[in-house]
Amino acid sequence: MSDRLTSLHEAIEKVLPDLDGVLALKSGPGGIVSPYLFSKEHPEELAKLAIWPKEPVPDTLKIILRAHPDAKLAIVCRGCEERGIVEMFKHAQLGLDNLTLIGLQCEKDEAEFCRCAKPFTVHAKTIVGQPIEGVADPLTEQVSALSQPEKLAFWKQEFEHCIKCYGCRNICPQCFCNICALEDEKWVETGRLPMAKPSMYHLVRAMHMTAKCVACRECEETCPADIPMAVHFRLIARDVKEMFNYETGADMEQKPPQLLVLEEGEYDRTGLPH
Amino acid sequence: MIKYENVLTTCPYCGTGCALHLQVLDNTLVGVLPAKNHIISNGGLCIKGWNAHAFVNHPDRLNKPLIRKNGKLKEATWDEALKLVADKLGAIKTESGPDSVAFLSSAKCTNEENYLMQKFARAVIGTNNVDHCARL
Repeated sequence: MSDRLTSLHEAIEKVLPDLDGVLALKSGPGGIVSPYLFSKEHPEELAKLAIWPKEPVPDTLKIILRAHPDAKLAIVCRGCEERGIVEMFKHAQLGLDNLTLIGLQCEKDEAEFCRCAKPFTVHAKTIVGQPIEGVADPLTEQVSALSQPEKLAFWKQEFEHCIKCYGCRNICPQCFCNICALEDEKWVETGRLPMAKPSMYHLVRAMHMTAKCVACRECEETCPADIPMAVHFRLIARDVKEMFNYETGADMEQKPPQLLVLEEGEYDRTGLPH
Repeated sequence: MIKYENVLTTCPYCGTGCALHLQVLDNTLVGVLPAKNHIISNGGLCIKGWNAHAFVNHPDRLNKPLIRKNGKLKEATWDEALKLVADKLGAIKTESGPDSVAFLSSAKCTNEENYLMQKFARAVIGTNNVDHCARL
């Protein structure tokens, strides 16, 4: 861990003088970590550079770039965060021309914490740490092996714990719509807890995460009810891979399925109902 | 120079004490992030905490006392407002007794302010009718 921190420190120091800032994590009061924009004006802040726990930095980057579209920035990103940035780019949420990616490779305990299949970056030119293989996701396998009625019972029970904090939506790097279906009274009733139909909220979100979820697991981490929602996003991601051969964050040139216009006949190939 | 930082604070809404970060971009409050390794909230927040930044600079937020005169709310000085409240509280206490008054305190205040509120209710007015906004 400390070796990686030293290497990261050096990598940031190297690019900092030429940029408007480097977005990374900083340790604050009580050792609590949060995203921070390191600047050449205050290099001494780098003494508080941190790497864990990971934070939703792609979302922070978007906030900064919306106010400063021409800023020259670097961002320290893990594999999932890099995927988040790539997908945000594909959906026109940010530009990559002025952005330097510093890829922080996850260690085994971190990958296991996230049940992560890809704890490494693939696009970043600067790499900190050694890339490792992905780890298994026992929970997703367990749910995947359930029968349909068992799955229904499992998710019904999980969703009933929801306190509708909207944290999963708020923290998600891929939730950037200006108008959110989850705030539409048609789908999600306001002013009532527990929700009359908790699966409405979660299934609407699952549908909207199709071919978008980058498996960062920020939603699961922030959920006060411990709903393992990354599991259904991952199962959907398997279908998306099978149907469209699309993996989020992987190929910079490949268009996401939402932006594809299918030619006649292609529907058969993708197996979509038509 | 672009400035982005997070300010660690405690959620103002109820007594649980969840920690949250106020996201500050160029000295302007822009949002909230939960605090992941915090012992109380452990990276989670409820819907109120997630929106704890919303009232700070809201145009509807009151920052001056208002007194209703002839059916209309009008801006007043703190001296006028406090005198009116003190006169009315005193009159009600004299006419109907101390238990005709109740005191509702707030999670947005500090421990010390809440202590003063209940002390005022019990020692000055003489009632135990003290409750809290989180139970309203």
